[in-house]
Amino acid sequence: MAKGLFGSSLMKKFWMSITGLFLISFLLVHCALNALIFANDGGMLFNQGAHFMGTNIIIRTMEIVLFGGLIAHVVDGLMLFFQNRSARPVKYAYEKPSASSKWYSRSMALLGTLILLFLILHLYHFWLRTRITGLTVQPTHVFFEGHKLEDLYGEMKFVFSHLWVVIVYVLGCFSLFWHLLHGFRSAFQSLGLNYTKYKNGIAFCGDLFSVVIPTVFAAMPVSMYMGWVH
Amino acid sequence: MELNSKIPDGSLDQKWTKYKGNVRLVNPANKRSIDVIVVGTGLAGASAAASLAEMGYSVKALCFQDSPRRAHSIAAQGGINAAKNYMNDGDSTYRLFYDTIKGGDYRSREANVHRLAEVSANIIDQCVAQGVPFARDYGGLLDNRSFGGTQVSRTFYAKGQTGQQLLLGAYSALSRQIGKGTVEMLNRHEMLDVVIVDGKARGIIARNLVTGELERHSAHAVVLCTGGYGNVFFLSTNAMGSNVTAAWRAHKRGAAFGNPCFTQIHPTCIPVSGDHQSKLTLMSESLRNDGRIWVPKHKEDVEAIRAKRLKPQDIPEDRRDYYLERRYPAFGNLVPRDIASRAAKERCDEGFGVNATGEAVYLDFSSAIIRYGKAQANVKGIHNATDQQIIELGTKVVEQKYGNLFQMYEQIVAENPYTTPMMIYPAVHYTMGGLWVDYELMTSVPGLYACGEANFSDHGANRLGASALMQGLADGYFVLPYTIGNYLADEIRTGKISTQSPEFEEAEKNVRKQIDSLLNNNGTEPVDHYHRRLGKVMWNECGMARTEKGLKWAIAEIQQIRKEFYANARVPNQSLYMNTELAKALRVADFIDLGELMCWDALNRNESCGGHFREEYQTEDGEALRDDENFKYVSAWEWSGDPSAPKLNKEELIYENIKVQQRSYK
Amino acid sequence: MEKGMNLKLKVWRQKSTADKGGIVDYNVNNVSPDMSFLEMIDVLNEDLVKKGDDPVAFDHDCREGICGMCSMFINGEAHGPNRGVTTCQLHMRSFKDGDTVYVEPWRSEGFPVIKDLMVNRGAFDRIQQAGGFVSVNTSGRTMDANAIPIPKEDADKAFDAATCIGCGACVATCPNGSAMLFVGAKVSQFALLPQGQVERKDRVLNMVKQMDEEGFGNCSNIGACEVQCPKNISLEVIARMNREYLTANVKPEN
Repeated sequence: MAKGLFGSSLMKKFWMSITGLFLISFLLVHCALNALIFANDGGMLFNQGAHFMGTNIIIRTMEIVLFGGLIAHVVDGLMLFFQNRSARPVKYAYEKPSASSKWYSRSMALLGTLILLFLILHLYHFWLRTRITGLTVQPTHVFFEGHKLEDLYGEMKFVFSHLWVVIVYVLGCFSLFWHLLHGFRSAFQSLGLNYTKYKNGIAFCGDLFSVVIPTVFAAMPVSMYMGWVH
Repeated sequence: MELNSKIPDGSLDQKWTKYKGNVRLVNPANKRSIDVIVVGTGLAGASAAASLAEMGYSVKALCFQDSPRRAHSIAAQGGINAAKNYMNDGDSTYRLFYDTIKGGDYRSREANVHRLAEVSANIIDQCVAQGVPFARDYGGLLDNRSFGGTQVSRTFYAKGQTGQQLLLGAYSALSRQIGKGTVEMLNRHEMLDVVIVDGKARGIIARNLVTGELERHSAHAVVLCTGGYGNVFFLSTNAMGSNVTAAWRAHKRGAAFGNPCFTQIHPTCIPVSGDHQSKLTLMSESLRNDGRIWVPKHKEDVEAIRAKRLKPQDIPEDRRDYYLERRYPAFGNLVPRDIASRAAKERCDEGFGVNATGEAVYLDFSSAIIRYGKAQANVKGIHNATDQQIIELGTKVVEQKYGNLFQMYEQIVAENPYTTPMMIYPAVHYTMGGLWVDYELMTSVPGLYACGEANFSDHGANRLGASALMQGLADGYFVLPYTIGNYLADEIRTGKISTQSPEFEEAEKNVRKQIDSLLNNNGTEPVDHYHRRLGKVMWNECGMARTEKGLKWAIAEIQQIRKEFYANARVPNQSLYMNTELAKALRVADFIDLGELMCWDALNRNESCGGHFREEYQTEDGEALRDDENFKYVSAWEWSGDPSAPKLNKEELIYENIKVQQRSYK
Repeated sequence: MEKGMNLKLKVWRQKSTADKGGIVDYNVNNVSPDMSFLEMIDVLNEDLVKKGDDPVAFDHDCREGICGMCSMFINGEAHGPNRGVTTCQLHMRSFKDGDTVYVEPWRSEGFPVIKDLMVNRGAFDRIQQAGGFVSVNTSGRTMDANAIPIPKEDADKAFDAATCIGCGACVATCPNGSAMLFVGAKVSQFALLPQGQVERKDRVLNMVKQMDEEGFGNCSNIGACEVQCPKNISLEVIARMNREYLTANVKPEN
């Protein structure tokens, strides 16, 4: 059973899709919460949300699960990548992959790696500072209805005041877009849920999700840099 | 040579039952120590190997392809007959038996054919149990269609890929046994000789086509399921690798060859397009359910079509000659294959052929499309459907039924058969002749069996459509597994057979000698050159119409080809490893000998029957004229050591249940 | 007779499995557009034999697109540029005078090259042997063929899956070298039929296990196999196999 649950090719696909869908659900929450910055209330709503997320015991527990899921997704993906490479030891002299598939479907490992690199920077910018080293923005806290809240909003404004950071974030969102464009549908296929009846629906949701989420994410650094939110 | 057909006593419908009840059995413990070699893994071979292994024999199976799943049974399109009478249209075992005997123009054995009809229904049950996805109707029950030479619908089908589905069924049964270790499967192996010890078949010499090495395999019985020899004509609907070598080598070791000249020329094939052609493609007979065959009535229309000034769909109804419907009103487009082929040849010989070479007729689906379209419109409740709508709906129905065939046609001809009538012409398709076998499917060599197309038994001088699949599976699943026990019951004390005997030694040496001489020939012409020449001679003189003069010429010509082949064929000799030209050369050598025998047989048979049409023997309206008084026998030819001096033996055919009469489909 | 096309072929030549092999250039002249691709190779081979060279070894048999033996990777695509056809059904009218055409064998860890363009697809046989069957012995009287009605839709779907010819184009074309379209097709055929239910669970587990042992890659749902499959087998068969496999693994025993 243990081997059955982890060792086989199909199980690797299964875990890839489960962790992928888990990360997708995280993206949704993360995106929705961060979109509070667009409330244009000087970050008050956003900071409250961030405070809730940072202090709620369930969410904190989920954070550990999230890291676990992310690591599993990466490790599983790398295993698949290397195994698949060894499945064709002699390459073709002439290849024309574009005739039968999309480049981003073939480049999930590359896109994933780019996202991972972006993620390291992103974690350094925000996670590391809120959880360990403390914020760099001064003052680090704001008060709202008598509660002392970390000024994450201020931190964002600070981070996104550098053009190169904004560019890297936008590129990261592009990688995410392509990764999701394949990954969303792929997850359902791997779980065997891609029934004829649901096929179009899944494809539509996948495309919509892949466009909306990265766009909203990308809008954050851009808007902040341009001063569209205040 | 003494030919004993071993037909059991008793009334026709009790013979097989009685035989099974009395046949000797081998107990399960003894079966394990008995080896059986099955050569070929088509419908007959795969089903025989799987069934024998299930019974407990220890089986070795060989095929020349890279996998048993590729055998040419896979290309059978239209369907498989069975007397199930699901359609409630008056079918019965007797009627299937009668249709088959009559279709074969009264040149097959009553007892064998009746047995075939008896087990036909079991085949369908067996295949469905194996997970073969036959076509079904909306109620979930099996669907049937009609085939040539019958007036009932008894043909089970899976689109135009019935052979594929049945073969994959048999292949899966075989795979199951290979997985269990009860069948040892040797892919890419070709049998090159049968080894006879003390008058019994005791093994074979086979060549590993990859390494080129010769191998000895011993067994208590050898079963040849090696298919037909249509490739003697070079161009045929057979696969490129289909060959007569195993059967021919068996013939040279004493197995009589039955009715070699009985060849089936299939009426609906895609016409030859040029000299480069390597094979011909069949368009299933099932198409004649819905397609109507015609040529223009008037020569000027023919001229216009050939000059591409006129399109066939623009010729009005009254200027078309639906010659099959005209000549054979009762069966119309569904006359048996030999008759349909000859009728096409007759029209083309008269100058009505519709392609550049004048060797093609039309197969037209426009009326079927309209008929189905109207029915569909009614079903869908479209009351005032436009012509365009009707055609669209009808096209969909036709596509559902024959989609893959139409697609195949379009690939080859680059014309859309939904809008332009198909062009078709007869081509060599199946060989009714084959190794002579008795009721138990044993050849004239004890311990050597032949099943499926490789034997001669069930189809007489003409095979009805959808009967080849039936016979292959009947032999392999339901006949051989019983009859072989009757022989092997004597072998339980024999023990393992050594491959070190002088007989194995001699056989291997023989094969090696032939290979060495071909490799060291230092000729100039590739093997195909001779094969093509042989094919042309066979097609012209031993094809759809034969004459005494032509056959005599052909025999001399083939002798000449043989001489040149051995003097001047070139086989690359860099290496034995995967030497594909060597494999071809060995096959062509046997085709040359067989071709000559076919001509001898056709020359001997001074009558016309089924696929064998001697121009000297025809009725006033051009139908085959049989001579039952002098030729109601199976020609069983014996190898004399000289391919130009075969020895004829006769097995008289006795008809106790059916009145032999002039075949009529009018 | 009108003059045909002249083509420049770049053909993979490899003497044996152990040999390293490489691309060799050939010119084939006067090619008729009505020829099939294999007939064009026949012409090349006749030339080579006449010159005393070793002809190009390639697998082929029925030449009507059903046996699944032919297996050429032509100009970067399995079975060449056309869809829904095998190499033997590819006709030269799909090429132009002066074209350069690369011809290579299927490339996969699971399909070792035997010689030139010929590969060993025994792996597919072994996968089939692991479970691609219904365990029913020959008797012919298990039950009447019409005893269990099968909804037409299921029967048709099973048939569609069963039309797989086992050529290996899916593996050859998959960037991951995965064989899941082939395995999925077989699993699907039986999963859709009542006759396949009894061994449903073991079948998928055993076939997948064998598939993994043969060295094929993992499916990442790229979808190239579906596009290049000569029999248009749908990706749905892979989804169904995934479903079957998960159910078989997760569902507790009775």
